[in-house]
Amino acid sequence: MKILVALKQVPDTETKVKVAADGKSLDPADVKWITSTYDEYALEEALRLKESKGAEVTVVSLGGDSVKDVLRNALALGADAAVLLKSDASDPLAVATALAAYAKDKGFDLIFAGNKGMGGDNASVGPMLAELLGIAQANVVVKFEVTDAGFRAEREIEGGTEVVEGALPAVITAQKGLNEPRYASLKGIMAAKKKTIEEVEATAPAGATAVIALVLPAARPEGRKLDGDAAAQAAALLNALKDEAKVF
Amino acid sequence: MFPAFTEDQLAIRDAARDFAVNEIEPGAMARDHAAEFPSDIIRQLGEMGFMGMTVPEAYGGAGVDYLSYILALEEIAKVDASVAVTMSVNNSVACAPILVFGTEAQKQKYLKPLASGEVLGGFMLTEPDAGSDAAALKCRATKVEGGWQLNGAKAWITNGGVGRYFVTMAVTHPELGKKGISAFVLDAERPGVHMAKPEEKMGLRSSKTVMVTLEDAFVADDDLLGGPGDGLKVALHGLDGGRIGIAAQAVGIAQRALNESIAYARTRHSFGKPIGEHQAIQTYLAEMEARVQASRLLVYKAAIMRNEGQPCTLEAATAKLFATESAVWVCDRAVQIFGGYGYSREYVVERLYRDVRVTTIYEGTSEIQRIVVARSLLK
Ligand SMILES: Cc1cc2nc3c(=O)[nH]c(=O)nc-3n(C[C@H](O)[C@H](O)[C@H](O)COP(=O)(O)OP(=O)(O)OC[C@H]3O[C@@H](n4cnc5c(N)ncnc54)[C@H](O)[C@@H]3O)c2cc1C
Repeated sequence: MKILVALKQVPDTETKVKVAADGKSLDPADVKWITSTYDEYALEEALRLKESKGAEVTVVSLGGDSVKDVLRNALALGADAAVLLKSDASDPLAVATALAAYAKDKGFDLIFAGNKGMGGDNASVGPMLAELLGIAQANVVVKFEVTDAGFRAEREIEGGTEVVEGALPAVITAQKGLNEPRYASLKGIMAAKKKTIEEVEATAPAGATAVIALVLPAARPEGRKLDGDAAAQAAALLNALKDEAKVF
Repeated sequence: MFPAFTEDQLAIRDAARDFAVNEIEPGAMARDHAAEFPSDIIRQLGEMGFMGMTVPEAYGGAGVDYLSYILALEEIAKVDASVAVTMSVNNSVACAPILVFGTEAQKQKYLKPLASGEVLGGFMLTEPDAGSDAAALKCRATKVEGGWQLNGAKAWITNGGVGRYFVTMAVTHPELGKKGISAFVLDAERPGVHMAKPEEKMGLRSSKTVMVTLEDAFVADDDLLGGPGDGLKVALHGLDGGRIGIAAQAVGIAQRALNESIAYARTRHSFGKPIGEHQAIQTYLAEMEARVQASRLLVYKAAIMRNEGQPCTLEAATAKLFATESAVWVCDRAVQIFGGYGYSREYVVERLYRDVRVTTIYEGTSEIQRIVVARSLLK
């Protein structure tokens, strides 16, 4: 079996986000970059299939040189090969098109990705990729198995679980709960340093959408302290809820 | 800059830090309060290669250099010194002596499972009446058909009850004095090995330390580590490395105490300003920083020398003496900076203060380190 895992590098969720001078992108200063958490589930699922059924796992990511950290980490975790698609595309359709151009005709049985990129939250690349390749897809997957006929996936839907079966090849996007990602072993870390990351100029079309502004949420007003004894505080709280917050 | 770390060393340090912060730290206080052994964490550390770090891959280890091991220990000690000692004992005084003195068969049988984290190991030197004066040990190995029978008591055995293979020193030839002590690898699952219930310790409460009674416990001829009479040599070789490991543990604990103190000095107010603006607190912080920095350099220097195979008894002893005494002082100041809160079990400095205390005692007390240092100066 041949598996491709698409990984995205994103700012650490603990980063204090600052808007850059252009007013529409992230100020990269002080940003710690990590692999998008949903992509970690995607990679872990591929590695488990490799261990249980035997598979060759290739990881791919779009971006510049900094993205190599994400790929190197995936190699340390157990991926067999890594490909950097050099591109500065960030629009979902452009990214999906570049990934599809790379994946096409390479004989991947499964393509895993996160159900969305952390931070951007577009939830588009996976489905678009499946459409562009004309193959099956299951998204927001919390349980996955390869069957004789293809695959069986459980997806999280509003208020329940939906079970989907389909044929391979397929694109599967991972959701929290699918598995518990491993840590890299020291052996893996050392071995990863010796593997090479293949670099390919990506063929990404111009984006279909563009970010025109990035704005931080308005600062929360400061808290207010209610004075007086318990009864007075309760009365003040009641008034605030009713007249100001208009809760009821 | 000294020391200039390699990319590999940095990657290993970062991996240790990542795991420490995300997986070890969250439950550390609860495990300390419940004296709960961190089995899951130790298993995971084993899977990742942290239990036999300098052991070659062929024998189940991670095959990394000694400084990488020291960097990893320091990171883990920052979040939980109990996990650090469990790891240090397995690496320094269980795996290392078998790697250096073991036969090929011993390495296959004992080192592989120890280094890969499949089982945990330890070191049995100390006895109820023989601590600093290790040569006074009385545990007796008597020759029997095919091997030896061990009889006696061992005290303060880390990983007792949770570990399986122990490098064990016993008297094989009483008439030869110091030269009559030999080392064995003892399988704790053998009949006659009795592990008492864990000691009620001041600190390192989630690590396990027990008294062991040996009653006709059998070790085969093939379990003799090194030659007959090599017992103290095996033990002291392990302890040289062990001392650097304990010194690294102390640096990790001290650095954590300093970090906590800096954060607290910024936020705690008295007399209308953060306590960090009082000169008395500033002098504490400055002195703590100076001692931690100096300790770290001593530890790294000893580690680099050991890695290069240079004799480092003096450097290991100096590093252990200075780093552990400094760490005890640093943790004491941390409690002082925290005031009453430093005396509360809800604040981490209280645990650091208890955990750090043993570092000037085990693997050779400070008094013994001074003897070792002075002896090499005067020889
Ligand atoms: C938590 C913990 C874990 C341990 N784990 C292990 C383990 O895994 N394996 C193991 O074998 N041992 C272990 N030990 C034992 C430890 O190494 C000994 O406690 C230590 O070596 C000191 O021995 P002792 O306790 O018998 O003290 P003693 O030797 O009785 O010393 C008492 C005091 O006298 C001082 N002293 C002794 N001789 C001299 C001298 N010649 N000159 C000046 N001062 C001297 C000492 O420094 C000390 O201050 C552990 C101990 C603890 C507390």
